[in-house]
Amino acid sequence: MADAPVVCARELRRDYGKGEGLVRAVDGVDLEVAAGETVAVMGPSGCGKSTLLHLLGGLDRPSAGEVWLAGRRIDTVGEKAVARLRRGAVGFVFQAFHLMDELTAVENVELSALLAGRSPRAARRRALDLLEQVGLADRAGFLPTALSGGQRQRVAIARALSNEPVVVLADEPTGNLDTAATLDVLRLFESLHEAGQTLVIVTHDSRIAATADRLITMRDGRFVDETRLTGGTTGRSLGALAGLEG
Amino acid sequence: MGRVVLVLRLAVRDVRRRPVEAALLLVAIMAATTTLSLGLVLRQAAGDPYQATRRATAGADVVASVAPLPSGTQARPADVAGLTALTGQKGVVAHSGPYPVARTSAEAHGRTVAVTAEGRDTTSASVDQPKVLHGSWVRPGTVVVEAALADALGVRPGDRITIAGRRFQIGGVAVTAAMLPYPEAFDYGVQPTMAQVKDRGLVWLTQADARRLSAPADLSYVLNLKLADPAAAMQFVDALEPDPSGSPTSGAQSVPLLMLEPWQVTRDNASILARNAQRVLVAGGSLLGLLAVASVAVLVGGRMADQTRRVGLLKAVGGTPGLVAAVLLAEHVGVAVLAAAGGLALGWLVAPIVAEPTAGLIGSAGTPPLTMATVGLVTAVAVAVAVVATLVPAVRAARTSTVVALADAARPPRRTAWLITLSARMPAPLLLALRLAGRRPRRLVLAVMSLAVAVTGLVAALALKAQLSTSNFASTAGLNHARTERLGDVLLLISVMLIALAAVNTIVITWATVLDARHASALARALGVTPQQVTAALSAAQLLPALVGALLGIPAGLALVAAVDPDSTVDPPLWQLLAVVPVTGLVVAGLTAVPALLGARRPPAPVLQAEHA
Repeated sequence: MADAPVVCARELRRDYGKGEGLVRAVDGVDLEVAAGETVAVMGPSGCGKSTLLHLLGGLDRPSAGEVWLAGRRIDTVGEKAVARLRRGAVGFVFQAFHLMDELTAVENVELSALLAGRSPRAARRRALDLLEQVGLADRAGFLPTALSGGQRQRVAIARALSNEPVVVLADEPTGNLDTAATLDVLRLFESLHEAGQTLVIVTHDSRIAATADRLITMRDGRFVDETRLTGGTTGRSLGALAGLEG
Repeated sequence: MGRVVLVLRLAVRDVRRRPVEAALLLVAIMAATTTLSLGLVLRQAAGDPYQATRRATAGADVVASVAPLPSGTQARPADVAGLTALTGQKGVVAHSGPYPVARTSAEAHGRTVAVTAEGRDTTSASVDQPKVLHGSWVRPGTVVVEAALADALGVRPGDRITIAGRRFQIGGVAVTAAMLPYPEAFDYGVQPTMAQVKDRGLVWLTQADARRLSAPADLSYVLNLKLADPAAAMQFVDALEPDPSGSPTSGAQSVPLLMLEPWQVTRDNASILARNAQRVLVAGGSLLGLLAVASVAVLVGGRMADQTRRVGLLKAVGGTPGLVAAVLLAEHVGVAVLAAAGGLALGWLVAPIVAEPTAGLIGSAGTPPLTMATVGLVTAVAVAVAVVATLVPAVRAARTSTVVALADAARPPRRTAWLITLSARMPAPLLLALRLAGRRPRRLVLAVMSLAVAVTGLVAALALKAQLSTSNFASTAGLNHARTERLGDVLLLISVMLIALAAVNTIVITWATVLDARHASALARALGVTPQQVTAALSAAQLLPALVGALLGIPAGLALVAAVDPDSTVDPPLWQLLAVVPVTGLVVAGLTAVPALLGARRPPAPVLQAEHA
């Protein structure tokens, strides 16, 4: 792992509302994620996990504190600059997939690459490679509505990897999937982990959390526990660790 | 390059994904561009028919005529010699005539009109040879009728016509550039201020036949002059006509009651009808333009409500606010360019129908060519309409928090305390209707404006129709009749477009309200409100602005007619004005029923679940 953290948060805070209606979704969080590390964040619904992920990826602005991404502070720069940084440095995977319904699988995957200014030919080549990696080469021309939930999430993962991001931020990536589809997605994350991809996964599923290098537990917007696990580097498959394989 | 491909791809795919909305947007902008094209093409058409007729008839540059002095102590026959002397004037290169002219009346199919009967040679003249459209040129015993007059009398070659009590067979129908078409033909040799009869037509006979229609002393004479420099016709006339003090100039000294008409004056008078139609088009076009902007604003706003998540997704994967705005603009500008092309084509096709000069000017104007200026202006206006309407929602979408957009949460409505209090005790449909109408004040204003503009057009058309029905063909109101009829045609066309556009607006506003109220409707359904009650509420929410719009549109329509044609305004019957309000309500209720029903029947569970997510 490299010395400089890929993602860094200091005294991070996110408030909603005012006065008596004030809700502190993230409350003074410090976090550093090293290159190649997989960090899982767990906690009950409403504890601030997703908000934290949005802050780390620049989708939301903190009320206080600092966020650093790939060595650059992002909480003080404009929307346009954050968008550009996000385009190249971050890959998002959402629970609800968030694919464009009117674009085919391959077009969804090449979306980020085209936004980043790659040539249409290079973007298409990369998208087809990624679809092959996630086992959906034969579904490249399908619209999302013609794909199963697991297939859609694999397309979303391929899209997240399109610009070779320094970190992939996954928000409940298996929350909408059945067991078989969950296993497919876990295998994908396993291969990403082995390839040295930095991952931050928000989940309330302990099976997925068990596959991380580090597990952080959140409650009421704060980190209440942090555990370094061995699962990610023991050589056992993520699926086996998660109890999904025999 | 990649981004351009992406922007175009997203725009095209979104249009394909929601073809009905795209088609409505296309119709809205096309209505505005069609009207604009029509106005611009008509401007050209207003000048063109006369030139076409002039070319086809070897039109005279100056028409000179003399009339006898009226009966009395000074009575004197027309001075033909003096008239003929004009052929020797400097600058005259050719002439035809002088021809005898009788002022009399003609009767056919039970209708009688005043006519100017001109005696001509049976052979072609080198200057002002009327162009025969149907039949043949004059022969002894036959008469050729000016085309507008033939059209008004409903006669054609082979029919019989009585002129000054003598029966003639109609040999042909022709046009000329030397005289205004029916009902504005004038008496040769009589000053326009004296020629008050405005229901006069023109016929041609042989010279012998013409002389038999009137006593020799009562005959006028006409001479058609061709000048070396046609553009100098006005100066030629100014040099010859008596000065205002009454002392005649040298050239006209021996020619009492000489009237000289340069071709430019005839051209300008011939174009008045088209110009009036153009004035109506400009007023109607402005109304349509306003309505089109409202349509586009409503459509784009409605589309935004439906693609908030899409905007969030674009931003999540690295789309800048500028790119999000570019995607939305590209889509609507693309539709606008298509609409401009359609509007130009439609305007070009419809223009001859609207602008067709009276039948006296060579049948049809023909379709004037589309100039680059027209194409450029129409396209620019269409794009501007799309940009103006898209800009606010696009900027709003671009500024929306990515997280909020991804959650696709409904935009919080505005709460009005007095409205909530007022509606609290009302039945469920009315309560929901009032609150739905009140939650988006700007949309409410758009709905009121949209229907007010449509009703304005409708009331104006009713007023014009009332004018037509009070005009008497045989009366001296012939000029007004023709003008009003033309105005009526133009206004009818605009009214149809206004109503179509308002219908589109109503449907779209209803659909936007359905989308906007989907969470509230789903919650109401979950609490026991029936789909029928939700449908009734959604329809009623549109009825309230419709009724206000109708009430505003009635005085606005009457004011529009008064502004366009103040001389002959007639209010439509009271029952028609009173019927406008309930009819508007019924039509709006019908138009909103389908989208409201579709919205009300959506299962509430997925909507509530989406809200939760």
